[in-house]
Amino acid sequence: MATLKELSQIEERFTGGHRLCAGCGIPPIMRLILRAAGEHVVATTATGCLEVGTTIYPYTSWRIPWIHSAFENAAATMSGIESAYNVLKRRGKIAQDREIKFLAIGGDGGTYDIGFQALSGALERGHDMVYVCYDNGAYMNTGIQRSGATPFGSATTTSPAGSVHPGKQQRRKDLTRIVAAHRIPYAAQASPHNWRDLEKKAQKAFQIKGACFLNVISPCPLGWYTKPEDSIEDAKLAVETCYWPLYEIEDGVLKINYKPKEKKPIEEWLKKQGRFKHLFKEENRHIIEELQKEVDRDWETLLSLDGKRLF
Amino acid sequence: MATVTGTKKVVGLTGNSAIAYAMKQIDPDVCAAYPITPSTAIMEEFSGYYADGQVSTELIAVESEHSAMSACIGASAAGARVMTATSSQGLALMWEMLYVASGLRLPIVMAVVNRALSAPINIHCDHSDSMGARDSGWIQLYSENVQEAYDNLFQAVRIAEDKRVLTPVMVCMDGFITSHAIENLTLIDDAEVKDFIGEHEPAYSLLDTENPITVGAMTLPDAYMDIKHQQSKAIAASKDVVLEVAKEFEQRFGRSYGLMETYRLEDAEVCVVVLSSAAGTTKVAVDELRSKGKKVGLLKPRLYRPFPHEEIMEALKHCKAICVLDRADSMNGFGGPLFTDIRASLYDAPERPVVINRIFGLGGRDYTAEDAIGVYEELFKVVETGKVERLSAYLGEE
Amino acid sequence: MTKKNITFAGIIFEGGTADKYKTGGWRKLRPTLDKDKCIDCLICWVMCPDSAVIVEDGKMVGFNLEHCKGCGICAMECPDKVKAITMEEEEK
Ligand SMILES: Cc1ncc(C[n+]2csc(CCOP(=O)(O)OP(=O)(O)O)c2C)c(N)n1
Ligand code: SF4
Ligand code: SF4
Ligand code: SF4
Ligand SMILES: [Mg+2]
Repeated sequence: MATLKELSQIEERFTGGHRLCAGCGIPPIMRLILRAAGEHVVATTATGCLEVGTTIYPYTSWRIPWIHSAFENAAATMSGIESAYNVLKRRGKIAQDREIKFLAIGGDGGTYDIGFQALSGALERGHDMVYVCYDNGAYMNTGIQRSGATPFGSATTTSPAGSVHPGKQQRRKDLTRIVAAHRIPYAAQASPHNWRDLEKKAQKAFQIKGACFLNVISPCPLGWYTKPEDSIEDAKLAVETCYWPLYEIEDGVLKINYKPKEKKPIEEWLKKQGRFKHLFKEENRHIIEELQKEVDRDWETLLSLDGKRLF
Repeated sequence: MATVTGTKKVVGLTGNSAIAYAMKQIDPDVCAAYPITPSTAIMEEFSGYYADGQVSTELIAVESEHSAMSACIGASAAGARVMTATSSQGLALMWEMLYVASGLRLPIVMAVVNRALSAPINIHCDHSDSMGARDSGWIQLYSENVQEAYDNLFQAVRIAEDKRVLTPVMVCMDGFITSHAIENLTLIDDAEVKDFIGEHEPAYSLLDTENPITVGAMTLPDAYMDIKHQQSKAIAASKDVVLEVAKEFEQRFGRSYGLMETYRLEDAEVCVVVLSSAAGTTKVAVDELRSKGKKVGLLKPRLYRPFPHEEIMEALKHCKAICVLDRADSMNGFGGPLFTDIRASLYDAPERPVVINRIFGLGGRDYTAEDAIGVYEELFKVVETGKVERLSAYLGEE
Repeated sequence: MTKKNITFAGIIFEGGTADKYKTGGWRKLRPTLDKDKCIDCLICWVMCPDSAVIVEDGKMVGFNLEHCKGCGICAMECPDKVKAITMEEEEK
């Protein structure tokens, strides 16, 4: 278990000078994950805020080899890179003692939605890679449109808070469980506020052979209508309300990594975010209740599975 | 001319088997592909070589053609020699990634077994698939028969990987007509294949972790156009490399290739321009008409992208009338893709020939020597009357 | 007209060049450190989105104001009992 002091001594491979918004949740996640990756790592990033914001030619924030090829194919692109590594090593074109790790990154749009097929295929084939989804709950780069990860009731530009349809009318996918159902060796949910947990999970994911998956909640001041300084606190509240439980599924066994002593009402998380503002109108209050019920039910289910073998 | 060193081993193989065999001989680093008729057998047979350890390629049986091309891009950017194959809907699904492959200047080689595009769904030959990709920045070579497809694949590796080119190449052959027909061809020895294609030396590699590069960065209007200009110049210049590689191929193996093949064209008054297997059929018609003293000729482009417009103009400018046969419709109310290119090339000819267009063979519709004779007769009528009744039409249309 | 300094295929052949790009101008609030209070827990360092908290030998020594966008996360996350960082109006 690395301390922050130790982590701070590892080279910074995600430089400042990028164009992500002030207070964006993505960089702290990436900075930690890159530290956990070890010395040699190659990354690909799906189209989205992270990709656009960090590689505006001729500036790059990445001090590791990095490629962007498109929006829906981070997992497929990395399949090719990992395969190239295997064969070039076998054919003696890469030193036999050179261990390289492979990291594919996508936003929730690039992972839950358009990139889901490529992800599923790569997981099934079992490429030795870590796939990280930074879930900020919408297509932020294109201006906050709904995704399969957008919370029920949330207002986005394609699910606006109208008088007839007050925000997103559908529940979000439980992607972490869907991914785990591919029977991959490791899948986990994490949050940047709990850096210890995130770092540990990233370490594990890089060490375990095969396709591993991390789903990390990523606060977005622009799309959540929150204050930039609150980003980390907002991630924490998502965990404290059990909207975003921290758990992992390792070799088929589910383990909850953090159980709040006192589960906070979902309202506390919602009320800080402009995207849920309309829910506090009298006529929409029932949506908050529904959301609370759903969070409760999901949390109960998760508790009942704690320590159990899923596959 | 240098002595032919290629072993003259003649065998009967289908086009698909010949491509799979060529791929076995090339033994690429990575191959990512997805099945689709009529190219499926290429990957099936290659998978057989893989299963028996006859290649040490990393084979990725992806879940879609979009992922096939994505994985090819990742592997190629990681410094691997990469090949794949597809047809029709598969190529259409790759469309987005074709541009990424060429834009990132990755020398991927792909066999395209030409098949019609839906709708209506049809598994037979036409060129609507690869014609849809003609502006994707890939070099396109069209093959008349199994031998040409086999030979083109090796040359494609050399062309794509040439430092002056660094551009992906499609080797096209006609679905079923060539892919499934057993033809005799002369194989090249494994060792000679290896010697001809050489070692792959990538222009850049993501696996060089000591020298981290950022590939596919976001460009703004101050850079995008310049990068496209580089690419545009490289693909235009690839024409010379295609010729150089063909020359070396001929010296080594005795079979001659160029930008195009002309058949009895030198003194022809009227000419047909057509790609791939239909050229073979047309040659039969040319011989028959020539035996009756008619001055007919044929031009079969081999390199379609980049388009060798000057050479084509030189080859055709003496003709009085030309019919371009397109196995794809541009759906533009004007004419097929080959027609518009040929017609544009002849704009600068001192005496512009008449150029008409016939769409033929869509979705595997038969094209016979009689059809070709009909086209030549129509061309003579145009020459006699000086009138073009129908500029563009479907062949045999009433 | 094409520019000569454009690299092959738009590849950036060097890591971390964004380091040279200044985003400090985005800042409305500037973080200021009271080093006397600071306990070098490095929470501010790990949470900073702009890699703008400078740490030397395990000690928090200040901010890289060329990159800091003034988001205020560091001030917010500095432990309640410490609160060594304050956000101040950026001088014009
Ligand atoms: C095939 C394709 N469709 C649509 C887009 C437009 N697009 C670019 S990024 C993006 C949204 C990305 O959302 P997400 O993955 O959640 O990442 P975020 O922007 O939130 O970081 C969209 C829709 C695209 N680039 N490619
Ligand atoms: S829109 Fe959101 S996710 Fe995108 S850079 Fe801004 S804060 Fe980050
Ligand atoms: S204000 Fe924000 S960007 Fe500046 S040092 Fe603090 S956390 Fe980093
Ligand atoms: S968070 Fe506060 S106490 Fe901790 S290192 Fe930063 S300034 Fe010092
Ligand atoms: Mg998103």
